[in-house]
Amino acid sequence: MSVAVYIAVMAGVTYLIRVIPFAMVRKKIKSEFIKSLLYYMPYAILSAMTFPAIFYSTGNTVTAGVGTVTAIVLAYFDLPLIAVAISAAAAAFGVGFLV
Amino acid sequence: MKVKSNFLSGVISGIPVGLGYLSVSFAFGIMAVRSGLTSFQAVIISLTNLTSAGQVGGVDIIAAGGSLLEMAAVQFMINLRYSLMGLSLSQNLDSSFTLPHRLAAAYGITDEIFALCSTHKEPIKPAYMYGTIFIAASGWVGGTLIGAAAGEVLPPSVTASLGIVIYGMFIAIFIPPSVKHKSIFFVVISAALLSIALRIFLPSISVGFSVIICGLISSVAGAVIFPKTEEEES
Repeated sequence: MSVAVYIAVMAGVTYLIRVIPFAMVRKKIKSEFIKSLLYYMPYAILSAMTFPAIFYSTGNTVTAGVGTVTAIVLAYFDLPLIAVAISAAAAAFGVGFLV
Repeated sequence: MKVKSNFLSGVISGIPVGLGYLSVSFAFGIMAVRSGLTSFQAVIISLTNLTSAGQVGGVDIIAAGGSLLEMAAVQFMINLRYSLMGLSLSQNLDSSFTLPHRLAAAYGITDEIFALCSTHKEPIKPAYMYGTIFIAASGWVGGTLIGAAAGEVLPPSVTASLGIVIYGMFIAIFIPPSVKHKSIFFVVISAALLSIALRIFLPSISVGFSVIICGLISSVAGAVIFPKTEEEES
C-alpha cells in the first residue's frame, strides 16, 4: 500500500480527534471513570509502545538492554528528557564495542 | 498591530516548546528513516500530524505493512487525549475565536501547547494560539528533517544506537510520575508486562493492536483501582 495513503489516514484521524471537541462540544466531562481513563491512558500507551520494542531498537538485545537500564536509572533521578535519551544511546553505542 | 503582538507573544512563550520539540523530533526522524521511510515522508508525517507517540505508532504500522483500520484505531487510541484537551481549551476561548479559527487552531493541540494555552492568564485569542503553534511546529518539522538527514548519512553503528533515543524519551516521560504516584506505577508496569507477554505468547498480534489492547486494559484497570478524584488533579 502507498505510504501516502497511510499518512493521509494518520493525519486525518489525528485532526478529527483534535477538531471535533475543540470546535463543537461545549459540555464538560463529568464521569470520574472517563476522566481517570484519559488521565492514565498516555502512560499506559507510552509504556506499551516502549516495551518490548526498546529491546529491538538497536538491532542487538545486549546493547539495547544496557541502554534501557541506563534510561530507567537516569529517569528515576528525574534527569531532563534529552539527557536520559542521549545517555541511553551513548551507553548502547559504548557497549556495542564490547559485544 | 494588536493581532501581530498577540502572535508575537505566542511565539515567544512557545520558544521552549519549539526547542524541546526539536530534540524529540530529531529522534523521530532517525527512527522513521531506520524504519524504511524517506526524509521527505518523515517530514510530511511531522507536518501533518504534529504528535510524537502517534507518529511512532504510525511508522511502526507502515513498516509492518499493517491495515488502514489498524492505523486509524491506533491513532484514535494514542491521540484520544487531545479530545479532552480540546474540550478543556474550548471553555476558555476569546469571543474572537470563531469557527474557522477553531478549525485551523485545532491542528496544533498537543500536550505542550495545551499546557501553554490552558495556563494563559486571559481568554485565548486566535493569534496567540497560532503563535505558539507556529514556533512549536517549526521546531517539530525542522528537527524531523535534521534527524532524518542524519539517519541517512551517519554510519550504521551510530544510527543503530540512536534507534533507542525515542524510547529513552518515552521512559523519561513515564518513569518520574511512576516514582511519585503508585497508581501510575501500576499502570506503567502492567502495560509493559502485558505488552511483553503478548509479544512472547501471541506474536501474531500486530504491534499496533498490541499497543491498543495493553494500553486499554491497563488504563481501565488503573481507572477502576485508582479512580482520580478532583482534589488529586489540582
